[in-house]
Amino acid sequence: MNLLFDLLPVQATEYAKQVDALYLFILAISAFFTLLFVGLLVGFTLKYRRRTQDERPEPPHEHYTLELVGGAVLLALLMGMFFWGAKLYFKAQRPPADAMEVLVSGKQWMWKLQHPSGKKEINTLHIPLGKAVKLSMTSEDVIHSFFIPAFRVKNDVLPGRYTQVWFKPEQEGTFHLFCAEYCGTEHSRMIGYVRVLSQEAYDRWTMNLGDADETPVQAGGRLFAELGCIACHRPDAGALGPDLTGVFGHEVALSDGTTLIADDNYLRESILNPQAKLVAGYAPIMPTFQGSVNEEQLAQLITYIKSLSN
Amino acid sequence: MSSAPDTSATAMPKNYLNEKITVSSWLLTLDHKRIAILYLVSLLAFFLIGGLAALVFRVELMTPEADVLRSETYNKFFTTHGIVMIFFFLIPSIPAVLGNFLVPVMIGARDFAFPKINLASWYVFMFGGVLALIATIAGGVETGWTFYTPYSTMYANSNVILAVCGAFIAGFSSIMTGLNFIVTIHKMRAPGLTWFRLPLFIWAMYATALVILLGTPVVAITLVMIFVERAFGFGIFDPALGGDPILFQHLFWFYSHPAVYIMILPAMGVVSELISCFSKRRLYGYRVIVFSSLAIAVIGFFVWGHHMFVSSQSTFAGLTFSFLTFFVAVPTALKMLNWIMTLHKGSVSLASPMLYAFGFLGLFVIGGLTGLFLSTLATDIHLHDTYFVVAHFHYVMVGGGVMGFLGGLHFWWPKITGRMYPEGLAIFAAIVIFIGFNLTFFPQFQLGVHGMPRRYHVYPEEFQVLHIASSTGAMVLGFGYLIMGAYLIWSLKFGKIAGKNPWNARGLEWETDSPPPTHNFHETPVVRHPVYAYEYASETSNEPDVQSEKGHV
Amino acid sequence: MSDSRPSYLAHHFDHLEQQKQSATLGIWLFLITEVMFFGGLFLGYIVYRGLYPEAWHLGSGKLDIALGATNTVVLIFSSLTMALAVRSAQVGNRKGCAHYLLATIILGSMFLGIKAIEYSHKFFPGPDSHYFLIPGKNFSLASPYADQVQIFFSFYFTMTGMHAIHMIIGIGILIWLYVKALKGSYHEHYYNPVEVTGLYWHFVDIVWIFLFPLLYLIGRH
Repeated sequence: MNLLFDLLPVQATEYAKQVDALYLFILAISAFFTLLFVGLLVGFTLKYRRRTQDERPEPPHEHYTLELVGGAVLLALLMGMFFWGAKLYFKAQRPPADAMEVLVSGKQWMWKLQHPSGKKEINTLHIPLGKAVKLSMTSEDVIHSFFIPAFRVKNDVLPGRYTQVWFKPEQEGTFHLFCAEYCGTEHSRMIGYVRVLSQEAYDRWTMNLGDADETPVQAGGRLFAELGCIACHRPDAGALGPDLTGVFGHEVALSDGTTLIADDNYLRESILNPQAKLVAGYAPIMPTFQGSVNEEQLAQLITYIKSLSN
Repeated sequence: MSSAPDTSATAMPKNYLNEKITVSSWLLTLDHKRIAILYLVSLLAFFLIGGLAALVFRVELMTPEADVLRSETYNKFFTTHGIVMIFFFLIPSIPAVLGNFLVPVMIGARDFAFPKINLASWYVFMFGGVLALIATIAGGVETGWTFYTPYSTMYANSNVILAVCGAFIAGFSSIMTGLNFIVTIHKMRAPGLTWFRLPLFIWAMYATALVILLGTPVVAITLVMIFVERAFGFGIFDPALGGDPILFQHLFWFYSHPAVYIMILPAMGVVSELISCFSKRRLYGYRVIVFSSLAIAVIGFFVWGHHMFVSSQSTFAGLTFSFLTFFVAVPTALKMLNWIMTLHKGSVSLASPMLYAFGFLGLFVIGGLTGLFLSTLATDIHLHDTYFVVAHFHYVMVGGGVMGFLGGLHFWWPKITGRMYPEGLAIFAAIVIFIGFNLTFFPQFQLGVHGMPRRYHVYPEEFQVLHIASSTGAMVLGFGYLIMGAYLIWSLKFGKIAGKNPWNARGLEWETDSPPPTHNFHETPVVRHPVYAYEYASETSNEPDVQSEKGHV
Repeated sequence: MSDSRPSYLAHHFDHLEQQKQSATLGIWLFLITEVMFFGGLFLGYIVYRGLYPEAWHLGSGKLDIALGATNTVVLIFSSLTMALAVRSAQVGNRKGCAHYLLATIILGSMFLGIKAIEYSHKFFPGPDSHYFLIPGKNFSLASPYADQVQIFFSFYFTMTGMHAIHMIIGIGILIWLYVKALKGSYHEHYYNPVEVTGLYWHFVDIVWIFLFPLLYLIGRH
């Protein structure tokens, strides 16, 4: 990559190419208006430069046709940009259903990553070519931001909740991974690489270097038993807690009469602050697990509960 | 201008500068012009501090590794640069210096409505400034000027509390200034000076004051929340308790986005004055410029969320804020259109203040248009928190705000000091500053597009060439400012006597002596014409302007 | 003009009417900034109440409604005496103006005294309240919502604290006005400072009128 001559960085996803098309569109409009403006500025300055001190130019006539037409044309162009940008934004916000989920935890100053296979890594993310990958991200301390320039994706990573980005790499290679939100002393060292491997290479990497004993789902299931969740959250009648099979992604009726769709953040809240949104028909007896599970275990539990829905 | 330059001090008639010269007559003055000078001196000191901080980290950034500074120190330098430049230079710059000096004179008043509040505003400002400086010297602050939680409240190991107090206190000084502006413009205009005869600089000050009054209190209370959370351990934004750090960002940007307009609207006002004077005619679309200033002030309050497209605010919020942001572009573009149309069929002279105005136009058009990449959702996701953003806001705030401030300072320098600066040097400095600025910040667009995140101490090697260009530019820019400072100081003693109206401009400030007498006018002026009436000899006379330049340069 | 200028007309104004109008516009603008200032806190309050209604309910229940209600009455009375002080100045009753100012000062101080008693109950839990309700490390409350109740109390102390600071500043200004009023400085031709301070005082009063239901009553429905 040559920064002096390349207009744009490497485009390693289809989405990156789409963003770049929009970028070039705005760039063309900007360049046009800049040149027009500077051209008029120079042209008028030369043509109407002050020749004698006694010159008295006519005061301008107030008429607003130019302003109205100019404003309307501009607004139309701007709305074009808005809708184009919004369309891509929607795309970036909605990962495909079959995306492979990687858990990301930001911490001053490193990225901890865990694959569906259970394999963990730090600061380097290995992903298979041509497969949609969704990152479920949270932070253990301050706000970070997960940024892969080659994929044109970025999202802040916050303590106490989950955010996500997704992408589908279409080029093998090694790409930068940056923390984009200032997070303290070694912010600029909270960087790493994304290595896009062919599917075979990825599988090989997963197995050969796999040092994980269990997958996140397995770990979550183990925790579910160890922490005693299973004692109440049982499928049989008379259980003290609601059965969690099939909960994720579905509507839940709450004790205050409202309903919501159980998502990552709801599950998280229900583990840490169980009475906040109580499921209808159950007594507020569940203790909080704040402090008894760490971020990693929490993510594993949630992954396990999600797996009960499939 | 006088053909026989007399540089002796005795040549000056009695004016606000030489009436009393004791230290206490300055420190206890209620004269808005002297308060403006107090502000000017203090602001230039802050500008120097902020500028030096920038130079230090620009030197550090010439290589990808850490060689001059440790990471902690680097972070403290960029934070100092941000806090000092934004809270203690840019926000007060034009309002507190040029506005304080000119608003009463331009509307034909003897002073502001509340002179004591005006003086108090300077003391409050200095108190806040000193606190912030103590914070940066005694240990430093490393949160960035944005004070994002939970970093600022729970993780930073530095003088966050002092810096927050400094910014909080400085806010009150802004409020006092803004309040004085609005009341004075409403209640103290000279006879005949109707709303639509007001110079555009006054309109810009009015719009700015509105933003100050509505926005500053919100950042004040936000800083209070940071203060109680950090100092007393009160959980407000703490995620561990269920607090929401995003709420802080909403509150912070509710002020800090309009604050951008506090910095740029005054510069737009100055540029309007400059373009009118150096094209020798009323501005094209005067009313459009007036209403566009007000529109920017109002719309500016509804777009803060565009700083948070990747913060995990909801998709709907992202869409709304992106949509609304585009509407700021329309009044801004109309201003540009009107300025350029004023040149058309005008009588354009390229005196040094006009060069700064042109510098403003050239840089602001880039600053404004690059804003489009950042208001568009998909492109902002990539560019957010990269050097593209850094370049964009420097083009707006330095290319726009500082260029406007310097243009205005040169334009009204003869009015303020009674003396001219050397024009040749001024033109040279303006060109050096323009080149230095572009060399510093243009490469940063390219850095940002290629993914270089901001606030990085060390960076991947491929970014180095552009960083070297940027650092070189910073030095050229600094050199330009130095030349300017040198000749301005020189002119205080050795400059040619300026006379009442060295630029043959229109406006009440040019009808009184240079420097003006203590109460601005020997008798209250009566305005008889629409604004920028270059067809008449002056604002207060009905004689047509025949060869009024005879005897002027 | 200069020979007929009264001493209380500042040099830069043309006439008294201009001076009076400027002062009035100035204070109203200032009050707008105050609305924005407290608005930030109210916004935070609303957001968190929406997120944690149970915690707000619990927290509200821990406040002393009797003391809060007493304070509301005290403050409303202080607004009455303040209004009477302005009225006295307007009709030229110099003595009455001073007396009413004094009454306002006393009522304002009473409010702060009661507030101090209330605060101290949170610091030093008594027999009927077992919990240390100052947010921070030592915050204690046996409830699954303890963390969020802590946020409630952060808002309680920040909001009432900011309000109290406004009261203290107000009382300071009132004392200064009282000293001048004793000398008879305010009368039918010149009462700007009293009127302007009155507007400020009423504003601070109104803030409390919002705070009282939002903090004390919201949990009791």
